[in-house]
Amino acid sequence: MTRKQRRLYFVVLGMLALGAATALVLTAMKDTLVYFYTPSDLKTRHVAEGRRLRIGGLVEQGSVVRQGDEVHFVVTDLQATLPVVYRGVLPDLFREGQGVVTEGKLDGQGTFRASEVLAKHDENYMPKEVADAIKKSGQWQEEGKKP
Amino acid sequence: MLGLSTPSGFVRFAKAVSPWLWVASALLIGGGLYFALLVSPADYQQGQTVRIMYIHVPSAWLGMMGYSVMALSSAAALIWKNPLADLVAKASAPVGACFTFLCLATGSLWGKPMWGTWWAWDARLTSMLILLFLYFGYIALQNAFDDPGRGARAAAILALAGFVNVPVIKFSVDWWKTLHQPASLMKMSGPALHPSMLTPLLLMVAGFTCFYVAVLMVRVRSEILAAKIRALRLSEIHSVQAAGVADGVAG
Amino acid sequence: MDALTAFFDMGGYARFIWPAYGLVTLVALGLLVTSGRALRSRERELAQLQERNPGRRGRIYE
Repeated sequence: MTRKQRRLYFVVLGMLALGAATALVLTAMKDTLVYFYTPSDLKTRHVAEGRRLRIGGLVEQGSVVRQGDEVHFVVTDLQATLPVVYRGVLPDLFREGQGVVTEGKLDGQGTFRASEVLAKHDENYMPKEVADAIKKSGQWQEEGKKP
Repeated sequence: MLGLSTPSGFVRFAKAVSPWLWVASALLIGGGLYFALLVSPADYQQGQTVRIMYIHVPSAWLGMMGYSVMALSSAAALIWKNPLADLVAKASAPVGACFTFLCLATGSLWGKPMWGTWWAWDARLTSMLILLFLYFGYIALQNAFDDPGRGARAAAILALAGFVNVPVIKFSVDWWKTLHQPASLMKMSGPALHPSMLTPLLLMVAGFTCFYVAVLMVRVRSEILAAKIRALRLSEIHSVQAAGVADGVAG
Repeated sequence: MDALTAFFDMGGYARFIWPAYGLVTLVALGLLVTSGRALRSRERELAQLQERNPGRRGRIYE
């Protein structure tokens, strides 16, 4: 084996080993690398009351209620739901049926007291007229509802 | 291959191709800006802020491409000891770092009005920030040694090791739940963009890429000259020393 | 609001969109200028060195 070949094998093997190690570490840390949990996750795993966490999902249609300077809404992942109370400024993209990620704590009554609300959007971009036309034709895929 | 792997062959090639690359990048970016700012419509959800995408996505692309060029050249330098490969890697680093920074900055300016925050520690944003730090580490390591050869070797190993981050960035939005949305352009089922928005985006990506290659060529030529200057200065010192030794013997 | 004002207003998002475009322009031009200048100054330096050392071209490992 020439020196060049030896170096080539060394680099290739090194990259493979490093890639495998990274994959293992990332798999092991899967749960800590997620930015938010879904309402369903809350059902399956025990979350201590008063622990700060982020919950993500869609703002349920018709669930947004403003009471004074408080806003109440329900986050859903289409399997489980979680009622949220928030006081503060909402992002421009916050609306019913849209993705949302909210940070806060669970209180004793199973309500999520949010201190921050972020809007999450999907990867589809189109002009308003096109969106309206698709909605009119009944072909619209609601966010989160995978065909 | 066109004698491209030698410094002189590369300079000849770069001098012939560069003018065309500059023209192509000016035309593509000019046309891209026309479509991005004047022709393309506002998004049905994000309104006018969608226009940030036309500079954010090409910046992200170049940030990752700049690193890939750096990592592959580093591999070539380590394995085949190709003198040009080291210089290409060295030339690519600052360019890629600049575009990674631009990706983060434009993303922040887009995230504030749409998501409601300048920054979030989600997997996509964090892995992109790590990319920027890898660039910084590479540049710092290269200058950390008195012997440029050893610096280049250490930096090349870092560049290769850090390459695992590139696929992590790409797939972070699919592997983990992130605030950042999944890919719109490089999607299995085709781009999730309306053609009126796809046009400026593709023009800008192509224009930015031409710009990157053109700047890279200038910087590689510059690195070749720096190496020649170093070699000449060393030989000057040697000849002075040799003359001094000769004088000593004669006296 | 006339068309030009509307264009610069960007639907109320001017303070996010224009800084983004400005920053990209600034950094890209900065890259262009610094890279070009470095090349010129090294060309001059090499020419001077070669003048001082006739016969030597500063060959690197070819």
